[in-house]
Amino acid sequence: MNAIIVSALLGVIMMFSGIFTGNNKTIRTIAVFGMVLLLAANLLDINGYPFFKIETYGMLLFSKYGLLFNSVIIFCTLLLLLLSGQAIEKVGCYVAEYHALIFFILAGISILCSYNNLLMLFLGVEIMSIPLYILTGSEKKNLRGNEASLKYFLMGSFSTGIMLMGIALLYGASGSFDLLKVNETIFGGGISFLSITGIMFLMISMAFKVSAAPFHFWTPDVYDGAPTVFTSFMATIVKAGGFIAFVFLFVGKQTSAIYGVDWKLVFSLLIFATLLVGNITAVYQLSVKRMLSYSSIAQAGFMLFALFGMNDTGKEGLLLYTAAYSLATIGAFAVLIKVKDISYEGFNGLGRTQPVLAATNTVFMLSLSGIPLTAGFLAKYYMLLSAVQTGSYMWLVIAAVVFAAVSVYYYFKVIQAMYFKPGNAETEPVSAGFKWLLIIVSALIILLGIFPQILIGWMYF
Amino acid sequence: MIALLLILIPLIFGFSSFAIKSDGAAKVWAVTASVAGLVLAIVAACAKTDASLLTVNYTWLPVLGSRFALSMDGMSKMLVLLTALSMCLIFLSTFKNNYKNARSFYALMMLTQAGMTGVFLAADLLLFYFFWELALIPAYFLCSMWGGERRIAVTFKFFVYTFLGSLLMLVGVLYLNYLSPAHSFALKDIYDLKLSAPQQSFAFILFFIAFAIKMPLFPFHTWQPDTYEVSDTAITMMLSGVMVKMGLFAVIRWLVPVFPDAVNQFGHIIVVLSVISLLYASFIALQQDDLKRLIAYSSIAHIGLMSAAIFVRNEVGLQGVMVQMFNHGITVIGLWMVADAVERTTGTRKFSELGGLAQRSPSLTALLVVLAFANISLPLTNSFIGEFLMFNGLFHYNIWVTAIALISIILAAAYTLRMVQKVFYGTASVASQNAAAVSKPMIATLAVVCILVIVLGVYPKPLIELTQQVTGALAAKTIF
Repeated sequence: MNAIIVSALLGVIMMFSGIFTGNNKTIRTIAVFGMVLLLAANLLDINGYPFFKIETYGMLLFSKYGLLFNSVIIFCTLLLLLLSGQAIEKVGCYVAEYHALIFFILAGISILCSYNNLLMLFLGVEIMSIPLYILTGSEKKNLRGNEASLKYFLMGSFSTGIMLMGIALLYGASGSFDLLKVNETIFGGGISFLSITGIMFLMISMAFKVSAAPFHFWTPDVYDGAPTVFTSFMATIVKAGGFIAFVFLFVGKQTSAIYGVDWKLVFSLLIFATLLVGNITAVYQLSVKRMLSYSSIAQAGFMLFALFGMNDTGKEGLLLYTAAYSLATIGAFAVLIKVKDISYEGFNGLGRTQPVLAATNTVFMLSLSGIPLTAGFLAKYYMLLSAVQTGSYMWLVIAAVVFAAVSVYYYFKVIQAMYFKPGNAETEPVSAGFKWLLIIVSALIILLGIFPQILIGWMYF
Repeated sequence: MIALLLILIPLIFGFSSFAIKSDGAAKVWAVTASVAGLVLAIVAACAKTDASLLTVNYTWLPVLGSRFALSMDGMSKMLVLLTALSMCLIFLSTFKNNYKNARSFYALMMLTQAGMTGVFLAADLLLFYFFWELALIPAYFLCSMWGGERRIAVTFKFFVYTFLGSLLMLVGVLYLNYLSPAHSFALKDIYDLKLSAPQQSFAFILFFIAFAIKMPLFPFHTWQPDTYEVSDTAITMMLSGVMVKMGLFAVIRWLVPVFPDAVNQFGHIIVVLSVISLLYASFIALQQDDLKRLIAYSSIAHIGLMSAAIFVRNEVGLQGVMVQMFNHGITVIGLWMVADAVERTTGTRKFSELGGLAQRSPSLTALLVVLAFANISLPLTNSFIGEFLMFNGLFHYNIWVTAIALISIILAAAYTLRMVQKVFYGTASVASQNAAAVSKPMIATLAVVCILVIVLGVYPKPLIELTQQVTGALAAKTIF
């Protein structure tokens, strides 16, 4: 409960801060302190110190896993603010409002981390999405940004409609919005046409939110059109928010057998399509920004394994995956923002001109491609383990690793450009603090890659 | 403790080498590390197998059931010794060479050494996988940064090939972990697994592809000649002297004892593939015009024979493989040294541009002839005993396979002697006439290699004794 209320309040504070001070630096500092406060409040919640005691009548259910997941998300947002805060300033003149929207999105995600009722799911998804439509088009003079924003809004509205339809059908089938009751009714009373259709509709709208193929078509355009710093935000934090909602819908907080039917076949097809589209298309991209957008689709394919497996390994894995993927992607985008030319050629020779940026970016790329000793490897490992533990669908696991090998192609192209190709990559001025932050992020990635228990262990204490 | 130090020394020296300012100091630093590693490896090889200082067992990933466990049996000792010795020879023989950005070069070499040593020591399947990959990453950077023109594309092919293999192995690792009742990765538990025949076949294929790519075995070998050709020779020495042994080692340690039924089922196919590999590479070696490509194909041929001798499943053949793993490493490093010396003194590797180098550098010629004999496995050279045992093993398996495989000896003689003749004898070419003098460290290290070749050829007993126990245990465990 702490995170929901504190983030909403902080959002309001950020909006008003724009009135009282015009100084961007002050606004940024307030936002960073606010984020630290939010993180602290959420961590206190995990350890059993809720600030507010509000009866939610079972609409929200605070599990340790959900709260921990939320902490990871808030921590990553904090890193994003620290690493790319200056880039937010450059987007436009409404700096306070951008930060306010970020806090509102976090409020939405905090609801998604704890919802236990389909209405709350709807509310959370909408609170998360609407500010995002604005952020996507925040570069008002940029035509492509406007196009992306409109596209995102239209497509998002459709997905919302489908979600509402699904919720309505499920209500019709079970007579309740409560997840547990819905589950019990369907599980106990057999499967009806209504419930199956409802669940399918929910699945489609959630697949849209996490950009799983074949519902991914908005992703590359929106990610490409949005200001890079918000692309980074969308591709990591918002996507993680979508995933936690998706997982709670199917894997549940207390039950493991969901909705009476075996959904493995559907999820396996979804995973296969997502991996195929994401990886193959990423190979052909010429700009690193677009490559990272497609790679985020590809990575979503791996994250979907948590839903495929529907077991504890998958849930643990999703937590680690979110941390690993978000850290690496936020880092990679932070470097990308500093590089002047965002095509692959723009990275040529970065190893000589900016050794620290190149070295840390290498760690990010290695982690994204899943090389051992980085968090990305263990994250993929967990996901595959969760699939293998179901004891079936080995073809899917093998297909996944083949696609992981494909992904090496486009991630390593960045490494090749930075170290092996001659050139003089130009960057904007880079401060020492920025470099240290990048080093800390890559150290975190390696630390998680050797001792994942420092994160996963939290679930059991 | 020694086991841990064997990994830590190259690791620490490697990472600290990045920070060294001067290139000369980095060179000395690397030589120091490799000598220290060699001393430790010799100590380890002399220690008793059950000595507690050779094993390490720490908690590492409790959530996954993996432990940081290292152990050393005879085979590990021999291969670790080979690794340490090779690094020493590589650093010393190339002492006069100047690499651009030398500190990174030596750092990455030592990191690869740490990874390879880890592979030979790991007593935990997941840890083994970690080291397997870790040896690859610095090697990728090494091959991409130092070498010929096409190196970036060629190295990337090498990397993607091996990485895909590793990932398939990862699925196998996961599958074994899922089947293991205790969800343990420990070597002992993996050996105790009771798997049904279909389970074995499935996992076997996944593991085998990874190892076959690394060895490399026909038809997974296409990355190898290109990579060896374009990489800097010091790196090629490491790749072909030590890294390919990872594949053979892994087959003996993690494949044959774990999936006996599958080995029984697929063994014949693999023997045939290995023999094809052997003959195919030999024939191609005959037609090469490039010194490095010739040695690369010759190396594929030798590895093919070793692979065949593993899968014929008898004790004699396996003993031959053990001995030959070490000896092939020594011989091939010697050959690469000659290739490096020839290229650096004359500026070319093409047979068509070489010839008559014997007049310019008689000592190099004498040493090459010894190595050439070893490459043909003549008696009194180190390769003889291994090849003899392996052919003996093949003979017990099938006489026709042996007869076909024996053709490779004739072919080896043909291409090796052709190489000697083209490079060192005949009329002196322009390149040979203008050849610079071979550096003294190079000649000295080559002499050491040649002495090793002859000593181990006359007295192979220490190697056999070192590995006898492992061979016996393995033979007793699997249905040979």
